Amino acid sequence: MNDQVEFFVELIRRAATDLPADVEAALRTAQAREGPGSAAAGALETVLENVALARAHSTPICQDTGVPIFYVHHPQGMSTRQLRAHTEAAVAEATSRAYLRPNAVDSLTGRNSGNNLGVGFPTFHFEEWEEDYLRVDLLLKGGGSENVGVQYKLPYAPLKAGRDLEGVRRVVLDTATRAQGKGCAPGVLGVAIGADRGTGYVHAKEQLFRPLGDVNPLPELATLEERLLRECNELGIGPMGFGGKTTVFGVKIGAYHRLPACYFVSIAYMCWACRRARMIVRNGEVEYC
Amino acid sequence: MATYDLTIPISEEAVRALHVGDAVRLSGVMVTGRDAAHKYMIETFIRADAVPESEQLLYEELQRILRGGIIYHCGPVVRQLPPPAPPPIVGGGWEFVAAGPTTSIREEVYEPEIIAHFGMRGVIGKGGMGPGTLRACQEHGAVYFHAVGGAASLIADTVKEVVTVYKKDELGVPEAFWVIRVEGFPVVVTMDSHGRSVHDEVEAASKAALERLLAGGR
Repeated sequence: MNDQVEFFVELIRRAATDLPADVEAALRTAQAREGPGSAAAGALETVLENVALARAHSTPICQDTGVPIFYVHHPQGMSTRQLRAHTEAAVAEATSRAYLRPNAVDSLTGRNSGNNLGVGFPTFHFEEWEEDYLRVDLLLKGGGSENVGVQYKLPYAPLKAGRDLEGVRRVVLDTATRAQGKGCAPGVLGVAIGADRGTGYVHAKEQLFRPLGDVNPLPELATLEERLLRECNELGIGPMGFGGKTTVFGVKIGAYHRLPACYFVSIAYMCWACRRARMIVRNGEVEYC
Repeated sequence: MATYDLTIPISEEAVRALHVGDAVRLSGVMVTGRDAAHKYMIETFIRADAVPESEQLLYEELQRILRGGIIYHCGPVVRQLPPPAPPPIVGGGWEFVAAGPTTSIREEVYEPEIIAHFGMRGVIGKGGMGPGTLRACQEHGAVYFHAVGGAASLIADTVKEVVTVYKKDELGVPEAFWVIRVEGFPVVVTMDSHGRSVHDEVEAASKAALERLLAGGR
C-alpha cells in the first residue's frame, strides 16, 4: 500500500480507538465531581473503563464512528485530487479492519455502501497554506450528536434572542437543553456566529478542534465561552442525561462575517467521545499529535 | 436503587420489581434492531394483513426471541472470523468489536406496538423514549434499560457469541437484526413499569433551570 494511504489509515485508527488527553482528563474531573454511587458517576466510570479498553484492544471507542470529516491544510502545488484518492482508499481499508463501521447509506435506496465511501462521503475541507508541510485534522462525529445540532436565525422570538452576544447566549443554552442526554453528554459545543447557512456548520465543527482548556483570543468571546460553560452545567442534565453536575466540557465560539440581512448561529454538538486527531506529513515523515 | 442480575427471558414479576435508578446486569439472548428494523417489523408483521411467506421464518424467530425478551437499539462494528467460521450456522462466524447503544427516541413511533405485539420485557438504548413507550411499559410490564452511550468496546466484551444475523445484506451491518448472547451487559433502568421516567424528570428540571437563566440574562 502507498505510504500516504498507510499514514491516513493510522490517523483513522488513532481517532477511532483513542481519545485526546484533554478530553480524557475532563472525563476524570467530571467523574470525581459527581456524587459517589450516583447514576452519573457510574456512567462516567463505565465511560473511562471503556476508553482504557478501546485503547488496549485498538477497537472503536464508540460503534458510531460517524462521518469522517477531514480538514486538510496543504502546501502550494500539492494535488488535492490525489489527497482525496489516498484518503478514500484509507477510509475503505480502515473499514475493512473494523476501525470504522460502514456508515455511508444511499439516501434513495437505503443501501449501505459497505466501505464508508459514497456521494459526499466522507467529507473534506481543503485549504492551501503557507507552510511547506501537510496537516490533516480528522473528526469522527457520530449521528446521535449530529442530530442534536441546531442552526438559529436571529432574531429568534421564542427565546427573545436578538442580534447580539446575549442572543447567542440564549440560543446556545436552548440547544444544550433541547439536546438533554441524546447527544451523549457531557458534550462540547462548537458555535459559529455569522457566515452563511452552509459554512456556518463547517466553522462550528472547526471550533471542536480547539483544546478544551484554551482561551478564545477575542476577550468578549472568551467571557461568553466561560459563562456558557458554567451556565450549561447549571442545567443539571448531567452525563447521559441522568442528571448531574457536568453537562458540557466546553463551549467554543468563533465569529465570522455575515450578510447584513442574516445573523445565523450554528451550533454543532460533539459527544463526550470527542474523537479528533491530527497528523503532520513533512518530507515523507509522519507525525501524529 | 438496587442492583440485579437478570436472565432473558425475563418474567413479568421480575420486571415489575424494577424501579428507575436500579442497576441491572443482563444475560441471555437478545436481538439488535434500530431504525430500519423497527420500520420493517411494523410494516411486515404488525400492520400487514398477512406476513409474506418469505418473511415467515424470521417472524417466528423474532416471536421466540422477543417473548419475555429484549431489543437492543444498536448498530455494531463487527468483524468476520476467519474460516472455518464456527459455529456452522447461517449468519454465524461474526464477532462484535464495538457495540454501544444508539439514540432510542427515533423508534418512539414504533416501539409501543412492538412491545405489545411480541410481549417484550424491555428495550435497551440511550437517551430515553417518550410517553407512548412509557405507557406500553406500564400496560405490558416492560422497562427501558439505558446503556452507557459510547461505551462500545466495553459492551462488545459482554457479547459472548453472535448467534446469527438476519437482513444483513438488505439493511446493511448497522441496521441488521443481530442475535447475540450476552453475559453481564450493564444497564440502568431509566423508565420503569410504574410510570416513572428519569428522562422526563431531568428534562423538566433542566427547563426550569433554563427559564431562570434566561430571566436573569439581561
